Amino acid sequence: MAYSEKVIDHYENPRNVGSFDKGDDTVGTGMVGAPACGDVMKLQIKVDPRTGTIEDARFKTYGCGSAIASSSLVTEWVKGKTLDEAMTIRNTQIAQELALPPVKIHCSILAEDAIKAAVNDYRAKHGEPVSGDAVAH
Amino acid sequence: MTPHFPIYMDYGATTPVDPRVVDAMVPWLREHFGNPASRSHAWGWEAEEAVEKARADVAALIHADPREIVWTSGATESNNLALKGAAHFYASRGKHLVTVKTEHKAVLDTMRDLERQGFEVTYLDVREDGLVDLDRLRDALRPDTIVVSVMFVNNEIGVIQDIATIGAMCRERGIILHVDAAQATGKVLIDLSTLPVDLMSLASHKTYGPKGIGALYVRRKPRVRLEAQMHGGGHERGMRSGTLPTHQCVGMGEAFRIAGAEMGTENERVRMLQRRLLDGIQQIEQVFINGHLEQRVPHNLNASFNFVEGESLIMGIKGIAVSSGSACTSASLEPSYVLRALGRSDELAHSSLRMTIGRFTTEADIDYAVSTLQDRVAKLRELSPLWEMYRDGIDLGSIQWTAH
Repeated sequence: MAYSEKVIDHYENPRNVGSFDKGDDTVGTGMVGAPACGDVMKLQIKVDPRTGTIEDARFKTYGCGSAIASSSLVTEWVKGKTLDEAMTIRNTQIAQELALPPVKIHCSILAEDAIKAAVNDYRAKHGEPVSGDAVAH
Repeated sequence: MTPHFPIYMDYGATTPVDPRVVDAMVPWLREHFGNPASRSHAWGWEAEEAVEKARADVAALIHADPREIVWTSGATESNNLALKGAAHFYASRGKHLVTVKTEHKAVLDTMRDLERQGFEVTYLDVREDGLVDLDRLRDALRPDTIVVSVMFVNNEIGVIQDIATIGAMCRERGIILHVDAAQATGKVLIDLSTLPVDLMSLASHKTYGPKGIGALYVRRKPRVRLEAQMHGGGHERGMRSGTLPTHQCVGMGEAFRIAGAEMGTENERVRMLQRRLLDGIQQIEQVFINGHLEQRVPHNLNASFNFVEGESLIMGIKGIAVSSGSACTSASLEPSYVLRALGRSDELAHSSLRMTIGRFTTEADIDYAVSTLQDRVAKLRELSPLWEMYRDGIDLGSIQWTAH
């Protein structure tokens, strides 16, 4: 399979790899996918409680190059966004940015889900309402 | 010696054509263009002579009679001809066939077609080491079983099945045994003068010959009958019509002649390289070798690098040409059905790499592959949430995954 230059760049130089402390009140953690399906993404966001914006993000991904690139890309995209803004990121934007072929669209869907799961985790920690369609798909 | 990039470690998909084979073929593409079936002039006679010499070379490697060799376009066609041909011919005796879940798709898919035609097929599980459970096979044989098909050497994990015992079991019951030996020629000794096998599929391009040619061994004593699947001019004793490609036949014959002459020394060398590769990758934590470690050809090493996804690993080791399964199924994103049949977990099946080596592999190639794998697996594990959980002592089986 031929990968786009952007996928290769994120694969070779993944951005924001790592983990935050899950127990930290300012951290939201989303883990989506399953080993059986060949992809697991863990996305963490660190939120500034005063402004409600995402000040930092980390990821770890088990999966193909496109899955790694999709999650690496969204750590860049969510930074500086409010939680509501982050929730508007769509898989189609990710797929377009990385020029993913049709068989790899599920990687971008997973990355979108990871954002939602992380935001919902943060909101749940703070007793805020959580949107419904985040995890199951 | 510096390796030649990318390093070819996918001999299981196909082998390079040996330069000696190419040299033997070329004259039959140039001036000697005759049709081997032409009986009325010298062009035909010389082509026929070349084809018959090649047939004898192919037969010699497996200790068969040249009259037992039927040329085909490759092992896929041989498997189709053997299974459909025998099932159709012996259908009045029974309608039951037995095969194994780890067979090549050319056998499994042909069996599916026979099922659609009203035959019944039993697909046997294998043991964890990839070998056929002989008791289970014995239990599967019925009075109406007409054909058993078991491959000699598995294309993905390289394990060698106990064909002698399986053959004896079938012979005792008057059941036809077909063996797909595409991955076995030149790697294991095949002596059909003692081995009770009735039909054997052979490929050229896995044994340093050209693609597009293969053969089916059809036993004469006791005689095995087939219903032809390709009709026409009645070539190959009526079993497979079609003008013979002289250059291809000559190529396969020369490839098999070389294999017979050199396999003793070649296997020793390949075994040493396999040892070197195995020692190297076993320095990596959480590596699992798929398939029986001793009862396998030295050319194959199939390993799962736990917590690293196979496709991303292949992307990272672009200096080395390997595959995550067989080339025949690599278009799909499913984990290998062969590894699943061994009972490997999904994540181990998703984390596998098939490394196959051969005649032109060097020590420098192996050393480069080992260091690249060590480096890349470490990098990808830094990225892997599963590795992190494993290091934290979390049992991955206890997690409620959001399957999709």
